[in-house]
Amino acid sequence: MKPFDILIVGAGIVGSAVARECALIGWRVGVIEAGIPAGGATAAGMGHVVVMDDSPAQLSLTAFSRSLWRQESGKLPKSAEYESCGTIWVAADEEEMAEVHARQKVYDKAGIEAHALTPAELAIEEPNLRRGLAGGLLVPQDGVLYPPAAAGFYLAEARRLGAEVFLARALSASQGRVSLSNGMNLVAERIVLAVGVECELLPSLPILKRKGHLIITDCYPGFLHHQLVELGYLKSAHKVVEDSVAFNIQPRQTGQLLLGSSRQYSNEKPEAEAEMLRRMIERAKEYMPGLEKLSALRVWTGFRAATTDKLPLIGPAEGLSEDRSLWLAAGFEGLGVTNAPGAARLLLDGMLGRESAIDAKPYLPARLTEPARFTHA
Amino acid sequence: MTRAEVLVIGAGPAGIAAATAASENGSKVVVLDDNAAPGGQIWRSATVEENNSPKRRSKDTKRRALERLRRSGAQVLSSRCVFTVEASGTLQTLHEAASASLVEKFHFEKLILATGARERFLPFPGWTLPGVFGAGGLQALVKGGYPVAGKRVVVAGTGPLLLAVAAHLTEDGAIISSVVEQAALARLAPFAASLWAHPAKLLQGARYRSKLWKTPYRTGCWVVEAVAGRAGQRLKAVRITDGARIWTEPCDLLACGYHLVPNTEIATLLGCAFRDGFVQVDQAQRTSLPNVFCAGELTGIAGLEAAMVQGEIAGLACTGRTDASLQKGAEAERIFSERMEKAFALRTELRSLPQPETIVCRCEDVTFASLRGYTGWTDAKLQTRCGMGPCQGRICGPAVEHLLGWKPVSVRQPLFPVPLQAFLLPE
Amino acid sequence: MPEAFPVTINGATCLVAQGTTVAAAMLLVEQPSRISVTGEQRAALCGMGICFECSAVVNGTSHRRTCQILCERNMTVETDR
Repeated sequence: MKPFDILIVGAGIVGSAVARECALIGWRVGVIEAGIPAGGATAAGMGHVVVMDDSPAQLSLTAFSRSLWRQESGKLPKSAEYESCGTIWVAADEEEMAEVHARQKVYDKAGIEAHALTPAELAIEEPNLRRGLAGGLLVPQDGVLYPPAAAGFYLAEARRLGAEVFLARALSASQGRVSLSNGMNLVAERIVLAVGVECELLPSLPILKRKGHLIITDCYPGFLHHQLVELGYLKSAHKVVEDSVAFNIQPRQTGQLLLGSSRQYSNEKPEAEAEMLRRMIERAKEYMPGLEKLSALRVWTGFRAATTDKLPLIGPAEGLSEDRSLWLAAGFEGLGVTNAPGAARLLLDGMLGRESAIDAKPYLPARLTEPARFTHA
Repeated sequence: MTRAEVLVIGAGPAGIAAATAASENGSKVVVLDDNAAPGGQIWRSATVEENNSPKRRSKDTKRRALERLRRSGAQVLSSRCVFTVEASGTLQTLHEAASASLVEKFHFEKLILATGARERFLPFPGWTLPGVFGAGGLQALVKGGYPVAGKRVVVAGTGPLLLAVAAHLTEDGAIISSVVEQAALARLAPFAASLWAHPAKLLQGARYRSKLWKTPYRTGCWVVEAVAGRAGQRLKAVRITDGARIWTEPCDLLACGYHLVPNTEIATLLGCAFRDGFVQVDQAQRTSLPNVFCAGELTGIAGLEAAMVQGEIAGLACTGRTDASLQKGAEAERIFSERMEKAFALRTELRSLPQPETIVCRCEDVTFASLRGYTGWTDAKLQTRCGMGPCQGRICGPAVEHLLGWKPVSVRQPLFPVPLQAFLLPE
Repeated sequence: MPEAFPVTINGATCLVAQGTTVAAAMLLVEQPSRISVTGEQRAALCGMGICFECSAVVNGTSHRRTCQILCERNMTVETDR
């Protein structure tokens, strides 16, 4: 078989976005998927497209990537259910409201539209939130989508442009060679690992699994208009060892509600856990008391791929591997969907030596082994 | 939390027999059933006062079984829907009353699964129209008070159920314009002949035929379309084919079902071993899990007598008893079941019933055309959302398996939709 | 003569016999129980609590499987319209 310009291991949202980006510039692209395309974290996640400012580098990447989603949203099929419903970061008390105002300034400076909401304005935007909250921050250009269909679209686009998809497991990937479980051996100038939490191909990958629970309800049109996230979400996302829950809910076009979120470390069990579900729903009730009467159709779990500094690994695997053919698009934690198009663009920039729209240094894998060289406040 | 030594899920003939046997032999038995009254499907009680025509035979077998169950001391809890089960010995139910729902928790030492079967629905153009029901479905709704007197009904699909439904609807005053059975006469004749070996079933069959002596029973025929009437919103006729010609029959209602598929969700969730789509059991009706037993349609679609015999075996086995004559009876029923499966096997033409725009998944309105090109159930489900609605694939799953050969893969809790507050019950 | 009592379906009151399920009552008055994702009218299909086509709002609670619920005096039922 002729050598590929690039082989991408993993056909989730990130791998599919990379495949499409590379196919668009005429490269010979191969995508390798051991399971069902988009069947891993992509299928499990909430599909939010959201600007997050837990660090300047995160703000920069999510803002950039969100703008790419917005540009492309017209091309997405109906099944991707892209909706620019906006996010409201909900403040439960004055301390959190102070954070709302602080964030609004940060967003303003970054050119992200954001409006602080008084309690009265919050109640108008979301009548089913309980009374007595302190307000919120509305980010109107955030959106939601259905990840498997969006990933499926990216992959289909890549295929339309000549990419080949191999439904097999990659047994080894190094020095420009990938050997597959179906006996094939593929050769490429570059190999990208976009493998979620399955790190057998590069054991040095510093990926931590963070288990999450999700619930989807039956249809309640008009119950919820925006994605809602509690400001405590960031506190939960930063917890390193404890199991935590945070209120996060999203509307689907049918009126179904997607409810999260939970984070657990050191837990490899795929089964849903009664205690985590209980805590997640109790937390949600504190914001939307009416939720407990709603009918839950399905419950599932997923594993986010997290890094120690909360930023993804985008770029050459330098520092983690001597292999010059190896690249990474990994460790996206809860922002795989948001950051997929941006990461794909940055990755390709790095391969082509092209200037990026944003500074790509903070996401280079080498930062984790040479911390002194990179500072991000 | 209620503790039971033996917990029986399902109060149809199998569950009733199992609970009776276990309770009569000393176990503390609780029966959980999701209907308002015991009886399951085949012994479904009418909740409205049934018309008192002398033609309506009192079902002695059923009455005796329910009476014996009552006397056995087993506790029967109705309107309970099991939504989570752990093999370690607990489960939770949702008790749905008109104004509220209540979550209850149960602990069991032994579990007997007698969850029966549901109808298999095969999609065809117009099957989503109001006026189109399952065969057993229409019968159940009639028992729940839907009057069909004077209504013109076509009963279609496959299976002995069609005759039972047609006979019952006739008793309720419906005009059965025809019974349309996809199995060819050549396939049915050996099955009918074999009924000589099963006198009780023969009598059942004869009873049905006596009610329906005027009704055309068209074998080797199937419905190709349900046609809408005014404003395209209600059924007015069906188009039927024998493989060569197609004709139209006007009707008010269509009762259409393609035999039965077992309700295996709990068994799958627990990890029981399966064979050919049914729960695998030994001679004592024990599954691959040592404390879980299974009786009735879950082990093979075999009808009433099989369910009763298997249920009794399972109930006895829970108390450490066996009965050789019962086991011989079970074996005879297994042979009958195999003959029945063969006779009513689905013909290949039924795979081409749906048009590209025919809806396959009714919960999410996924069309047949949009299911093309995927590698399997999970792939298709992810991309089209087929099977992600409230029925959790119970209606579209068997259809997709028949049409595309994909077996639905996993089952997760909750087994039925429950209010979010159901997850708040403390451990 | 079985007892009959009023129930209200989509604002219109009708008399139903004791023991009638809500799904049967909706069929009686020819009210489809729900509108599907693509706008089709739907009514009960399976009669045994599995298909959810008979879902309607009963006494203010959405998505009740009406084939499993018996009518009660003065019950209110609302369907998608």
